[in-house]
Amino acid sequence: MGRIIRHVILGFALLLAVSIAFTPAAHAAKEVKIGFSMALTGPLGPAGKAALLAMQIWRDDVNAKGGLLGRKVKLVYYDDQTKPANVPGIYAKLLDVDKVDFIVSGYGTNLIVPALPIAMERGMVFMGLFGLDANAKFKYNNYFQIMPAGPDPIVDWSRGFFELAAKQKPRPKTIALLSADAEFARNAVAGARRNAKKFGFKIVYDKRYPFPGTTDFTPILRAVKAANPDLFYVGSYPGGSVGIVKAAHEIKLEPKLFGGGMVGLQYTAIQMNLGKLLNGITDYWFWAPEKTLKFPGIEAFLAKYQKEAPKQKLDPLGYYLPPFAYAYVQLLGNAIEATKSFDQAKVGAYIRNNTHSTVVGDVKFGKNGEWATSRTFQVQLQNIESNKMSEFSKAGKMVVVYPEEFKSGNFIYPYAKGK
Amino acid sequence: MSKERKLFLIVAAVLIVGSFLITTQMENRFYYKAAYVVLQYVVLATAWNILGGYTGYVNFGTAAFFAMGAYTAVALIKTWKPPLYVLLVTGGLVSGLLGLGIGYLTLRLKGVFFSIATLALAVVLQMIISNWSYVGGGAGTAILKPRSVPLFSNYDEFLFFVMAALAVVSVAVAWLIEKSWIGRGMAAIRDNEEAAECMGVPILKLKLFATTVSGALMGIAGAPFSYFVVYIEPTSAFHLDYAVNSLAMPMIGGTTTWLGPLVGAVLVGTAQQIATVTLSSEMNLLIVGSLLVGFVVFAPDGLVGLFGKIRARLAGREA
Amino acid sequence: MLSIEFLLNALIAGLLLGGFYAAMSAGLSLSFGLLDVVNIAHPAFIIFGSYLTFYVNEHFGFDPILAGLVFAVPSYFLGVAVYRIYYNCFEKTGAESLRGLVFFFGLFFLIEVILIITYGVDYRLVRAFYIGKSTSIGSVGIAYRLFVPFLVGGMLAAVLYLFLTKTFFGRAIMGVAQDSLAVQLMGVDPIRIKTVAFGIGIATAVIAGSLLIIIGPVEPTIGREYIGRVFAVTVLGGLGSMTGTLVGGLILGVAESFTSSFFGPSWALAVSFGILLICLAVRPSGLFGR
Repeated sequence: MGRIIRHVILGFALLLAVSIAFTPAAHAAKEVKIGFSMALTGPLGPAGKAALLAMQIWRDDVNAKGGLLGRKVKLVYYDDQTKPANVPGIYAKLLDVDKVDFIVSGYGTNLIVPALPIAMERGMVFMGLFGLDANAKFKYNNYFQIMPAGPDPIVDWSRGFFELAAKQKPRPKTIALLSADAEFARNAVAGARRNAKKFGFKIVYDKRYPFPGTTDFTPILRAVKAANPDLFYVGSYPGGSVGIVKAAHEIKLEPKLFGGGMVGLQYTAIQMNLGKLLNGITDYWFWAPEKTLKFPGIEAFLAKYQKEAPKQKLDPLGYYLPPFAYAYVQLLGNAIEATKSFDQAKVGAYIRNNTHSTVVGDVKFGKNGEWATSRTFQVQLQNIESNKMSEFSKAGKMVVVYPEEFKSGNFIYPYAKGK
Repeated sequence: MSKERKLFLIVAAVLIVGSFLITTQMENRFYYKAAYVVLQYVVLATAWNILGGYTGYVNFGTAAFFAMGAYTAVALIKTWKPPLYVLLVTGGLVSGLLGLGIGYLTLRLKGVFFSIATLALAVVLQMIISNWSYVGGGAGTAILKPRSVPLFSNYDEFLFFVMAALAVVSVAVAWLIEKSWIGRGMAAIRDNEEAAECMGVPILKLKLFATTVSGALMGIAGAPFSYFVVYIEPTSAFHLDYAVNSLAMPMIGGTTTWLGPLVGAVLVGTAQQIATVTLSSEMNLLIVGSLLVGFVVFAPDGLVGLFGKIRARLAGREA
Repeated sequence: MLSIEFLLNALIAGLLLGGFYAAMSAGLSLSFGLLDVVNIAHPAFIIFGSYLTFYVNEHFGFDPILAGLVFAVPSYFLGVAVYRIYYNCFEKTGAESLRGLVFFFGLFFLIEVILIITYGVDYRLVRAFYIGKSTSIGSVGIAYRLFVPFLVGGMLAAVLYLFLTKTFFGRAIMGVAQDSLAVQLMGVDPIRIKTVAFGIGIATAVIAGSLLIIIGPVEPTIGREYIGRVFAVTVLGGLGSMTGTLVGGLILGVAESFTSSFFGPSWALAVSFGILLICLAVRPSGLFGR
């Protein structure tokens, strides 16, 4: 009997110790605290760390100008380890213990959705970083997502690829679809499937591969080759993208248009490894050093980023995620300045109703907090001659071929010609 | 009913009522979420220990049982959104049946072969779920949790209370097993299965009982998971973390008693929660890795064993 | 779609992948198959090898295979050290089964953390003149990126096989596996034998790591994807048999390739692990089991 009582006492002592450990330190001077979870380890860690650096650069920029409404900005963030299960706890901590003034999301749909209901319950403005249709079920009006997918994200995502294809003569007839078996890739390919129907391409191959867990893509691409499609739309993640590009060259798979939703081809390390193998591939893109994409402030930002990135072993050029990670906090900061208020509802209404100038261009939000119009570029890789990094920081290598408005070079068709 | 048992049950009831009272007093949601995760590990570690610690069969597939509970719930939520207790019961049933299935494997597979089979089972089930689009497949699916629930001011507090009750119940189950003839039979299997059989211990029945109860408890722990994370996908539901933690926690606490997994889960789970929000990002892995290596090397009987030893030494000095 | 050519290509792709799986599992077949040391951290050592290879390839332009072979030597001593710890803490006290397992799990995480801290979490790749090139025999295409690992993997298995059956030391290892006491009576120290064997196992893991990074990009935690596969190969072929490991690897590779080619890749893993489950249920000692 005494033993059990002792155990109970021990239990309460433990609980006490835990709650002491969680008690926050006394608040410093009046800062504006922006809280978020970010994948700093796990599969999304590389990109998440680069995003964090971009956000820190923004913080330093703002604080150099005196902060937001005279208050210095402080970022409060925790590593979610790319595990959705960690996200609810992190946002509860940010709001209830750290008492942050604003929250923004982590990187990627899987890690945004678990935080969305929390933002909703508290009526917080919630900026999203690269979520694909994350708000579809919640329809929360203070959620704003920075990736330029468009109002119908899943379909708009791949529309450029299909519009390009439809314009070619003779008009391609068949398409093969391949996707990694995980959230983003499957949704991207689901959109591509709908576009294929809309544009009247016949689907001759449509499969998924396990992700992670696929070592060799040769048998998969052989099956694609056997189906002999005109178009080949791939939704894949970095590891798979590399394997697919290499295997496609090895078995001489030459559809007329190849690419679409391959994540990773935008990363410098992978570009340097693949080098010439990239030529001719057409893939979704968000930013490239092309003359049509010189948005205000982006070059100053990239200069700062590229100075710091090598020290932290991050993507050295940082064209993919970092500008958008900068932009989504920049946009929030600008809204706070414009409304002269820290009030969630006011800031939210301002973001919802205005066009915002950011380092990634002008942003206007529409339905479900997605971009009002899609601005997903299709980029064709051209004229790549070596594996050097300097190769990929020049204009004319990642040529914007869609949409017309941002076009920076001619589209080479079919794929084999651009190879 | 023995005096000890009566007291234990009273303490269990007090703890459940206590955790309800906490929800009426405390507002801060973070503690509920953090506590939920720790309590979930109390259930998983205790469940693992019923099989692994008591009978000596090491299950690497905790994630499979946990995820089956979670996905059974998802399938039900998608069809008719039943109340949570239905989810708990069915999640437990499905994983319990799965447990019964692997119980029959123990007929042929001993030691590490059994462990490898459970690992393979987890992979196969994950692939099946990934290909089942009704529950979201590999893409995952968002689950809307109920807006409100009677008696509680919000759903987070309710989930915390449910998990607290489940933790108490599972520890009580482990305690009851340990103190009964079933527990002694299991210990005999752990020490020497052939000898136990010769002594007339009904080893198959006991092993089936252990795998079923252990699997069912893991499934019950997984059932509320989709409400907790809101977004469920196979990679996170089948995460290796569940297998590793549910094995590491009893090892660190001590595997032969009900107290071991409890202590291990509370300590390691809390350390992980603190590490997530305080230390640098790599630290979490480092903590688990070094705790595992450190404990098995320096304190092979876990914390409970360590305390026992210290107490024995102190007693020796007094005498 | 179902032509002979297609079938043949699927078979070749499977065999190439299988040879690599065998290379990955050869070391485990030594430590787990012969010595009953359940080294679950084996895949982590493989990734460790990948990163060593990456480092010298990136900075000095070393050929990955050469790098793997060179690093195999110091890794042998690393293996020796790990086994010493394992032996002193677990085997000596007869507590190896459960606690040893947990020890290796912990080691797995520690290796991952070390890799994350030194190299970051990014994907890493290597360059070599044979990556990206391919040849064809008739209508069957062969990519060097996969052929080289297959070749090295096959040679590794062959060398280990010859070592185990023809050399004194190798026979001693087999002896320890079968009857430790008898070997001891013959005046050989079984612990020393086991230490050597475990060291060799880790050395082969590092070589397999250099093969892995030739095939595709590697990140620090990718080893987890291979825990199941290396154990599947070791068990499928039969514990303690190098021939078995090679055959097990080939079966797994061909099964994955055929499922990918004919039914769709999303079932590939389920099929290979399904085979393992059936094998465990029907014939736990594996195809070539002792």
